[in-house]
Parts: sequence; C-alpha cells; structure tokens
Amino acid sequence: MPQAARPKSPHLQIYRWQIQMVSSILHRAAGIALAAGTVLLVCLLASLAAGPDAYAKVQQFAASTLGQLLLLGWTWSLAFHLLNGLRHLLEDTGAGFQIKTFVMTGWVAVIGSVVLTALVWTCVLLQRGGA
Amino acid sequence: MAEFTLPKNSQVQKGKHFPAPAGASKVRTFKIYRWNPDDGQNPRVDTYDVDMATCGPMVLDALIKIKNEIDPTLTFRRSCREGICGSCAMNIDGTNTLACTKAIADCGTKDVAVYPLPAMSVVKDLVPDLTHFYAQYASIKPWIRTQSAPPPDAERLQSKEDRAKLDGLYECILCACCSTSCPSYWWNGDRYLGPAILLQAYRWIIDSRDEDTGARLDDLEDPFRLYRCHTILNCARTCPKGLNPAKAIAEIKKLMVLRQGA
Repeated sequence: MPQAARPKSPHLQIYRWQIQMVSSILHRAAGIALAAGTVLLVCLLASLAAGPDAYAKVQQFAASTLGQLLLLGWTWSLAFHLLNGLRHLLEDTGAGFQIKTFVMTGWVAVIGSVVLTALVWTCVLLQRGGA
Repeated sequence: MAEFTLPKNSQVQKGKHFPAPAGASKVRTFKIYRWNPDDGQNPRVDTYDVDMATCGPMVLDALIKIKNEIDPTLTFRRSCREGICGSCAMNIDGTNTLACTKAIADCGTKDVAVYPLPAMSVVKDLVPDLTHFYAQYASIKPWIRTQSAPPPDAERLQSKEDRAKLDGLYECILCACCSTSCPSYWWNGDRYLGPAILLQAYRWIIDSRDEDTGARLDDLEDPFRLYRCHTILNCARTCPKGLNPAKAIAEIKKLMVLRQGA
C-alpha cells in the first residue's frame, strides 16, 4: 500500500517557552547585535580620524531617535551577553546545572541586563543633563 | 540546516471534535495530534472531551480511555505504565514527558495539548520514528569495551565510589524526551548525537571497568556529534527521570580539555 511521506512533528510551534530556551536564543541575538554594533563603532572611529565635520555627522545620527534606539539596543546586548556569558563560563566548569540554579541564573541574566542598561543610561542622561 | 517552519505536508489543521457523553460531570478537554498515513491528509488536531469522573489520574489513562471508549483509531505507544519502559514519551502541555507518569492535574487548567515528540518523523498519530535515534545510540557502542583479560575467577569488580559515579546515568531509559526537546537536535539531529546518546556515552566513559575511554572521546571530538550542545538545558528541565544530560555533556567537554594536558 502506497504511503504518504511522513510529516515532521511540530517543534518550535508547540514547545513551551521556558527561561532556559529564552536566554539561549537571546544570547545569540545579542551576540549578532554586538557584531553589527561593532561596525557602528568603526564608523565612529573612522569619522573621528576624518575630522570634525565627519564626526559631527556621526554625532548627529547618534543623537537621532533611530541612533538612540540603536545605542540603547547595543547597551542591552552588551549587558545581556556579558551576564549570560558569565553564566556559560560557570557552566563550562560543570557548575550551575541544577534546574533550580539555571532557572534562577537565567532570570538573573535577563533581569540583570535590563537593570544594567537602565543604570548605564541613567548615568549617561544625568551627565548630559549636567553638562 | 535549521528549518524553523514545518514543511507543507506537516502543517497541522483543525480536526474533529468528540463531545463528552451526556451526564459527564467533570469534563477535561484533550487536544491531540493526529496523522493517518493512509488518507493522504495533513496532520490535524482532534479535540476530545473526557469525563474525568470515570478516568484515571494520568495522561496515559486518558489516552487509553479515549482509545477504548471514544475513538479506537487513536494510535500511541505504551507498555509498562510506570515510567520504566519509555514507550509513551510524548509532548504534553508543551514539554516532553512520559504520559504514564504525567498527572492530568499537573497540566495547567486549560485544554491538555498532546503531540508526538517534537521534530521527529511521524509514523502515525503520537508514534514517532526512532530509527535514527537508535542508530545514533548504536554508534557509540554502548557496551563495556576492554583491553585486559578478565580475571579468571571473578567478575570485573568496581569500588563503591566508582559505582556511585554511574548514579544519575544508569537510570536513563532512552525515551528520547531530552533529545527531542533540544533545539540543537531539532536543527542538526542528523549529525548531532543529542543529549540522551551523549549521556549514555558519558555513562561508559566514566565507568571504571571500561578501558576504551580514549577511543570513546576520539569518536565524540567533532563539531557536530558533541559540540552542537550549546547548553540550552531543555534536556535537563524535561527529563521525566530527573536526570541531567546537560551536566553529563559538560563533563565530557571537560574531559576533552583535560586530556590535552597542561
């Protein structure tokens, strides 16, 4: 009897999103964002070398809404990749594998990254306001 | 390669509804994945309203009740009904577990979703094709491998401490819950061995009686077979036996570094 090609069972579509899966995909996303952000950093440095006019243009872009959003995203990416990276470093030593522990450290990385980002931006905005 | 969406023939459609019998007092709804190889249709999700007043406490009890009383075409594997055979591994309420040890009361308050193990080729309904999984298991040669001659008048003995190293490993029943919970295994299961097989590999690597540790590590030293593990940890969270494949994999990775020497 001819049989239909077997289907693939649903995976991402049905698997419950738990913190360990979220932090893992965020780590990748943040890593990619950081790599892309490095290009912006190079632009900044290149413009700095090119002279005040070029630098002013980059500064203008950084001050625009889009520029600020990108910088905010970059700050968060750096904070999350750092915290979750420390978590991976710990796991590479064979520690932190109890369910209770990795659920906790996962949340620490996610919440901690938001807190760190807020701290950095508070400092920046306060300094700018004072200047 | 990672394929995040389902192929056309695998997309799930709405199925039939089987209402509870008249007079049912405590109704719980089960949404169950169905696929019949003989009718040429796409998979679908059928809805069964089951009277809990006359149903056992576990998800497997509900599945058996559905098959016996509501829809005899429902197909699934089961055997021991006590969490030791691993046959009834499936995705219940979003995570992989054994239907026989998963209480219906622990499936939240909404409908209970039941799917086959994720990202597997489906044979029928809740039955996945485990051929490749078993072939991967065979590939690690999961038996004791020795160089020395056995003692003439005794078994190969092991200290209590060495025996204790197998705790948390020997209990694995190869139900495939962990491997099929792993996104890395979803995307690269053709070449990545997956958590279950790597835990089994570690079970032999760490066994004091086994004398082929070097060759075992050589076989695993591969960007795909071992190093597709990115410590996502779904495996440890989902294991119905409470084991920790992620920890076993981390220990293998540590041995890989340690054997390079200082």
